[in-house]
Amino acid sequence: MAPKIVVEHVHKSFGALHVLRGIDLQVGEGEVVCIIGPSGSGKSTLLRCLNQLETVSDGRVTVDGVAMSDAATDLNAARRNIGMVFQGFNLFQHLTVRRNLTLAPVDLKVMSRAEADAQAGRLLARVGLADKVDAYPRQLSGGQQQRVAIARALAMRPDVMLFDEPTSALDPEMVGEVLAVIRDLAEAGMTMVIVTHEMAFARDVAHRVVFMADGCIVEQGTPAAVFTSPREPRTRDFLRRVSG
Amino acid sequence: MDVWRVLRDASPLLFQGLGTTVLVAVAAILLGIAVGFCVCLLGRSAHRPLRALAAVYVWVVRGTPMIVQAFIVYFGVPQLVQLAVPGFRIGVLEASIVTLTFNAGAYLAEIFRGGIQAVDKGQVEAARSLGMSSSRTMYRIVLPQALRIAAPSMVNQFIITVKDTSILSVIGLADLVNKAKVYVGSSYEFFATYVLVALFYLVLISVLMVVSNSVERRFGDGAQDRR
Repeated sequence: MAPKIVVEHVHKSFGALHVLRGIDLQVGEGEVVCIIGPSGSGKSTLLRCLNQLETVSDGRVTVDGVAMSDAATDLNAARRNIGMVFQGFNLFQHLTVRRNLTLAPVDLKVMSRAEADAQAGRLLARVGLADKVDAYPRQLSGGQQQRVAIARALAMRPDVMLFDEPTSALDPEMVGEVLAVIRDLAEAGMTMVIVTHEMAFARDVAHRVVFMADGCIVEQGTPAAVFTSPREPRTRDFLRRVSG
Repeated sequence: MDVWRVLRDASPLLFQGLGTTVLVAVAAILLGIAVGFCVCLLGRSAHRPLRALAAVYVWVVRGTPMIVQAFIVYFGVPQLVQLAVPGFRIGVLEASIVTLTFNAGAYLAEIFRGGIQAVDKGQVEAARSLGMSSSRTMYRIVLPQALRIAAPSMVNQFIITVKDTSILSVIGLADLVNKAKVYVGSSYEFFATYVLVALFYLVLISVLMVVSNSVERRFGDGAQDRR
């Protein structure tokens, strides 16, 4: 089976800053890949290149057979298939939870308003927030907002989900509820790429862990391999520092 | 000083003037919103000449007094156009609305720009990641939030526009101030007349504030989401 995501020789520069230095990565259907590494290593930039929130300076990104990095590609159509969850939630502040979940599907004519409303109810039940359908984002806790954000991304019925440090902006006691939702998605067979600092979570949920440093993929493998017996000194060094 | 005489004799004149003031102010506010909005979008265009055009417009309006702009529109421009179209004239009312619109449009463009910039970039990224186009994102996500942020400054600009109509009395607009001058010229009742004029403005602007407060309450923070 063709891989869901193919990244080939991707480079990304911001002015003189060379953030990604030749990334090659493949993600299979239903695979959960966690990207770990020190801050500034380019993890988030790589993730944002997958749906072209950042354009690549060089190289190719293909998601579900669509050449994302090709200038002729209709990105708006392609992005409907790729859900994204942000560190800062980014819920639409002026809309209720329901409208956050129905705006894009209805506006982009993916489904009728009635279908979208029904779907919003189901998705909110799935993330445990069925009673918050009429709330505004600012009335919710961080953990609740992030769960709504996951539901919003799922509302477009994507084949691929991207998570950009989904728990980094949360109070510690709220991390668990968000990770539980992501774990459910993984068990349901969703193809996911997760940038995270939660090592225990990565170890538990990932099929493959990718360690990045200085804009390169230094090492990748099963969680057991990467966490228990890392081959690269930089990986060992990083893991020692994060485990305190 | 005979307050009752002033009230009796000046009031009909002042109500006429009030009508003109309200007409010019409302026209300039509505047209100014349209102009300001277009200039704001122009200023965000991908084409440098369009951005420069918007910047020059705002620069000129902010850098010159409105009284000079009014003289140019009312006396200057017709003289220029007469070179091509002999006998061309522009009415006082039209010149007043044009000048005030030109003025309000520039300030409103800046207010809209500030509002749009104040909307968190993450809102745009979230909308784009769902597959919404940049224009759809602008109309559905950014503008509704930008207008809420900009609302107090917009109301402030509307108040300034209402009061600025009085400047147009110098080109002969038959507004409140002009009517008052006419009455004072024959009655010499300076104090009572101008205090009365001040009260007219005070009531007018209070009405504007009450209306905009209720609009803000309805669409502002915590409002029910209407669909």
